[in-house]
Amino acid sequence: MTIPPQALFSQLLIGLINGSFYALLSLGLAIIFGLLNVINFAHGALYTTGAFVAWFLLQYAGLGYWPSLVVAPLVVGLFGVLLERTMLQRLAKLDPLYGLLLTFGVALVIQGLFRIQFGSSGQPYEIPDALKGATDVGFMVLPNYRAWVIVFSVLVCSATWYVIERTKLGSYLRAATENPVLVRAFGINVPRLVTLTYGAGVGLAALAGVLAAPIYRVSPLMGADQIIVVFAVVVIGGMGSILGSIVSGFSLGLIEGLTKVFYPEASDTVLFVLMALVLVFKPAGLFGRVT
Amino acid sequence: MTAERTAAPPVVRTAKDRDAIAFGVMAALLAIAPFVVYPVFLMKALCFALFACAFNLLIGYVGLLSFGHAMFLGGAAYCTAHAAKAWGLPPEIAILFGTAVAAALGLAVGALAIRRQGIYFAMITLGLAQMFYFVCLRAEFTGGENGIQAVPRGRLLGFIDLDGTMTMYFAVLAIFLGGFALIHRTIHSPFGEVLKAIREHEPRAISLGYDVDKYKLLAFVLSAALAGLAGATKAIVFQLASLTDVHWTMSGDVVLITLLGGLGRVYGPVVGAFVIVALENYLAPFGSWITVIQGGIFIVCVLTFRQGIVGEIEEWRERARARSARAS
Repeated sequence: MTIPPQALFSQLLIGLINGSFYALLSLGLAIIFGLLNVINFAHGALYTTGAFVAWFLLQYAGLGYWPSLVVAPLVVGLFGVLLERTMLQRLAKLDPLYGLLLTFGVALVIQGLFRIQFGSSGQPYEIPDALKGATDVGFMVLPNYRAWVIVFSVLVCSATWYVIERTKLGSYLRAATENPVLVRAFGINVPRLVTLTYGAGVGLAALAGVLAAPIYRVSPLMGADQIIVVFAVVVIGGMGSILGSIVSGFSLGLIEGLTKVFYPEASDTVLFVLMALVLVFKPAGLFGRVT
Repeated sequence: MTAERTAAPPVVRTAKDRDAIAFGVMAALLAIAPFVVYPVFLMKALCFALFACAFNLLIGYVGLLSFGHAMFLGGAAYCTAHAAKAWGLPPEIAILFGTAVAAALGLAVGALAIRRQGIYFAMITLGLAQMFYFVCLRAEFTGGENGIQAVPRGRLLGFIDLDGTMTMYFAVLAIFLGGFALIHRTIHSPFGEVLKAIREHEPRAISLGYDVDKYKLLAFVLSAALAGLAGATKAIVFQLASLTDVHWTMSGDVVLITLLGGLGRVYGPVVGAFVIVALENYLAPFGSWITVIQGGIFIVCVLTFRQGIVGEIEEWRERARARSARAS
């Protein structure tokens, strides 16, 4: 079987783009899970919300892509803070499954509201002027915006990794993940840390949403199916390590892209098959700790 | 003789008697219902009730939250519809075939999913169900976006014509009551007690020498098979199997029904199914508002109403009983 290199590289590029979103989303899920012990089912809906906030800002406030890249995560992060303070906090002492059910409900509400307003079809969002066009990099023609998405998400992931693993704030965070009671005894306001962590995690989802807006159309259901794939990514990678979720996000995106080239029928299911294989051979996930 | 009889102690109802009475009342109400309420609505509610009872067996008595139960409902629906339509099998064989396929699917999925617990279990079942959805979307025999339509209802056991609405209703009722009784029996059997022990404290159950994984897997297969029975029946009743049955929103629906009715309460899923199916019927013209309201019910239930409708009623009755016991 001969595959034209152009097709191969373009699918690999799409794979890397998807991988960027998987990495950003699973990173947020992993951070939230670490501290709150909650799987945030609303993550996909908040990713959608990020894209819609960007669209609203452009439509009604005349704010373009670049300001949106900052404002949308802040808005969604603030919403996350409210959500955590008013609802999730009350569930802290209960079975973590209740957190999953609550955030599933939140996801349904958000998704339903967007659908009432916009139907199922998407709204277009234009690529910012500075990133239009494409560059010929020799072996393929690389659309500038897509290159930007990959570079920027690698930067964001690295920055998040640095904050968590190498700074004082990150050390509090890691300590609170291990033993919140003890960290509180040292005079650190753990509940506030938890709230801000949730805000930051969903902020990352919103950031992914803004990045995705010019590539996919901004639509109410853009996050719903995405989040299920991201759950599979999380199961494959295991949620024990930050680096693990970044690496597995990007590499699984690539694997998905390769499947589209060599066996397109399986491209929808390949990640779930991988998930099943990982469960058979390494149930804790590739980077996970045994729980 | 007569003196002895009058002096007999007052009737003390055991829990077993109360269960029998409750089951009798439910069966009687459901037998009268089609003469008062639109039978098609009732059949839909009964299918969902059985589906939710099967789901409740896992979440309520083993503590496993499956977010992929649509795959068993939908998988069985497709197989039953195909068997009845393309192979021309009689309805009872088609339903059995669908149920068997769901059980086999449950064995495969369960064996994978029970390798992780809690939240991971939910994500794994959701992922595998999504994979199954894509398989159904691509496969030839499922008819893609159209689904399998105009499934013949046929003749039950060769002589009961299911085309009559009332006949169909009582067949559905019999299937539902059979499934319900089986679940009830399972929960109150020694096997069910072990399941509850696993739910309460898994390491303790292991240290008592129980092969926990085997128990979990068996419960999962049973739950999948009964969810399949519900889906198979649904396919015959509505003469349709479609992608809606395997979509994740269906898995969400069954969680909602059980949560609203009462997790781990025998009658919870039944009450929940009637409420949610009624809600969906009345709200159908409002489109996406249904999703918003369903999400709202999730939020309210989780925050303030974790026992569900049946749980709250039972607790209220317990309190009333305790009060009257103190008064006398």
